[in-house]
Amino acid sequence: MNTISNYIKSLFLIELMKGLILTGRYLFKRKITVQYPEEKTPMSPRFRGLHAQRRYANGEERCIACKLCEAVCPALAITIDMEEREDGSRRTTRYDIDLTKCIFCGFCEESCPVDAIVETRHFEYYGDVREDLYMTKEKLLAHGDKFEKQIAADRAADAKYR
Amino acid sequence: MVNIEIDGKKIHAREGSMVIEAADDAGINIPRFCYHKKLSIAANCRMCLVEVEKAAKPLPACATPVTDGMKVFTRSTKAVTAQKGVMEFLLINHPLDCPICDQGGECELQDVALTYGSDVSRYAESKRVLANKDFGPLIGGDMTRCIHCTRCVRFGTEIAGIGEMGTIGRGEHMEIGTFVQYSLGSELSGNIIDLCPVGALTSKPFRYVARAWELVQRDSVAPHDCVGSNIHVHVKHDRVVRVVPREHEEINETWLSDRDRFSYEGLNSAERVQVPMIKVEGEWQESDWETALQRAVDGLKQVGSDDIGALASPVSTLEELYLLQKLMREIGCGNIDHRLKQTDFSDQEEAPAFPWLGQAISDLERNDAVLLIGADVTRDQPIIGHRLRKAALGGGKVSSVNPAGFSYHFSCLASLVSTNMLEELIAIAKALLDKSAKTAPEGFAALGESVAVTEVHGQIAESLLKGRSTSVLMGEATINDARFSAMRSIATLIAALSDSRPGYLPAGGNGAGAWQAGALPHRKAGGRPASVNGKSIAQMLASDMKAYLLLNSEPEADCADTGAAREAMEKAQFVVSLSPYSSEAVMAYADVILPVSPFTETSGTFVNAEGRWQSFAGVVSPLGDSRPAWKVLRVLGNLFNCDGFDFIESSEVLAELSAEVGEISTDNSGSWRCPESLGSAVEYCTPPAYAGDGIVRRADSLQAVARTRV
Repeated sequence: MNTISNYIKSLFLIELMKGLILTGRYLFKRKITVQYPEEKTPMSPRFRGLHAQRRYANGEERCIACKLCEAVCPALAITIDMEEREDGSRRTTRYDIDLTKCIFCGFCEESCPVDAIVETRHFEYYGDVREDLYMTKEKLLAHGDKFEKQIAADRAADAKYR
Repeated sequence: MVNIEIDGKKIHAREGSMVIEAADDAGINIPRFCYHKKLSIAANCRMCLVEVEKAAKPLPACATPVTDGMKVFTRSTKAVTAQKGVMEFLLINHPLDCPICDQGGECELQDVALTYGSDVSRYAESKRVLANKDFGPLIGGDMTRCIHCTRCVRFGTEIAGIGEMGTIGRGEHMEIGTFVQYSLGSELSGNIIDLCPVGALTSKPFRYVARAWELVQRDSVAPHDCVGSNIHVHVKHDRVVRVVPREHEEINETWLSDRDRFSYEGLNSAERVQVPMIKVEGEWQESDWETALQRAVDGLKQVGSDDIGALASPVSTLEELYLLQKLMREIGCGNIDHRLKQTDFSDQEEAPAFPWLGQAISDLERNDAVLLIGADVTRDQPIIGHRLRKAALGGGKVSSVNPAGFSYHFSCLASLVSTNMLEELIAIAKALLDKSAKTAPEGFAALGESVAVTEVHGQIAESLLKGRSTSVLMGEATINDARFSAMRSIATLIAALSDSRPGYLPAGGNGAGAWQAGALPHRKAGGRPASVNGKSIAQMLASDMKAYLLLNSEPEADCADTGAAREAMEKAQFVVSLSPYSSEAVMAYADVILPVSPFTETSGTFVNAEGRWQSFAGVVSPLGDSRPAWKVLRVLGNLFNCDGFDFIESSEVLAELSAEVGEISTDNSGSWRCPESLGSAVEYCTPPAYAGDGIVRRADSLQAVARTRV
């Protein structure tokens, strides 16, 4: 009996048809492929992309050179030098992040007591030379200034979970 | 001894000791803020509350004496609840500025808060804020952070001896501060930085320089006074950024003088020379070691060996001083001296093998009577001053004969101020002769005939006679006096008549060592007489030497007569300077500058006032192309084709020296030589503060303090 049923199945290519039907069904289903870069996937406000340094609304940089991010960085990617600024406040003279070392763990952002160093949604950057991937204080602040609106919105959205 | 039990651990505790001491000895940690083993007990922070069996309430461990059979629990629910409660109160007014606080990472409050603090504050009211206080160029005061442990206040009254700090107000309005706006004047003021358990008092030169976790701690010995205080040098990126005391109960206890603490700024001075320099036709050129050394040798060879003078600073290490004198003596020149500020050398043959304290530093505090002669101990050797203060507080009678009114931070039996110290000393000796049955040495009666003995002299003599353990100490103002030899004779006579220990407080960190190493015109290493008697520094400067070899010294600032010294240097046709620094003056007179390492960049040994040899290793690598001076001197020896300069490590130099020194005589009393006359008064000029050596002179913060003292 079994032999007969197997014979009929193979004769009429039933299995093959079954497979083709499955393939045919997907042909008419809604497509999920994202056409990057024209299309983009939705992003979490917690996305950990390129770093930025933030400023307060009055333009004063937030970073107070406490060096906690430097201490917590597992990849030793952050280098900070500090000084007493003329007004007596504690400020960095150098704040470098080596992106070739960075593992984007987000510990720096987590350790920052003043929300100065943040990781943004921006991840589409490249470098022609190694130096391009070495973020200095100026570059970080410029990046922060450019995306401040988004950064602030993301922090606000995530605030209740912190 | 009593038997107590702490956390179930059986402990033998000293009778009368406090629970916290017993716990510390047993390695059981009890949190504390106001308690410090060297200060009196205040018991005002309440952090050390512990549960004691049969006591109704938790008791402060720092103020509870041990009793036999006592059972203490430091981690019981009752104790921990009490400690947590205290912690919460302490944190009410403490700001949350740990990220910008220099104490962050090494803060006692932070450490204890981690264990006993809550992560959420229940306090919603406004916090107390105070204005920052200015305590001078060395100490920063962020008073909002203060938790009122009063360690600094107690330090001021108990250790520094100047009640400069105090508390104003009560409760929430309590403030620590100085009386009116006033910078701290104590020579030990820097210690309150270490004492402060929070970041209220921090080091100003260290402000925002580094975080505690970035620093590497290395051991060294301070070079600026004859105490040889043990220090920890904190290094960041191969650069010295801070110096703190290293506890050594027999030397500096837990303290450190401001000079030793803040002089490190001079190590990073812009005047450091980083490459060998040679002068070619009046123009300075950077050079390499080979050329510069060869030029130094050629230049020195051109003048007769009798016409070379070697001047070494007493802050040089034992190895450097030994190699310098060995080199000079090998090339047949005996003109070596380290006594840069001394002016009278007439009795140098009778001087002790090495002038030293005559006792251990820790024995100073057990003196019943001390006579200080020309010794500004509070300024020059603050740690010695502290020991003498302890002696005075313990009932010891300290009296002084000084050329100017030196201010001591302890009470004196008598303070004689005279520009003719010799006369006062003769009067004391006369009083001693009157009171004891001893006979006057030859010639003394005639000498002292016209000197009047007053009641004060009698009091001093009596205190020295009555005391069981007494000392006569000669300080820098005596050693550098124009009639040092006469004063030495009388001082030794006073010591002999009263059975006191004669002692010296030599200048520089290695003054005693320089004598042992033989950096003297008349003596070789170990105090043995030199075969060729060379010229002392005074003779050298007076006799137009043709060439000079300078080791760590800047005669234009280091010598007694700075003007004459500079002139002599400028007149000399060839000057080689082995120094970490150059300056306008050095550039003017030198022909070759060989950059050598200061004490942090070389291994070496210092001999302190009690004759203790303390070896240390370099803590950072030599700056730029500079090299340890012992290596430079070794190569100079090779270039001069001298034998016995094949050292590979500085320990080999030390081994050779210690074999040569052997068992050196520790007899401090010279032979009696009657002074020729009473002499006349000599006007005393107080040397400027913080100008003892090149490193200190370039420490900006200390110089800022010096300017406030003018």
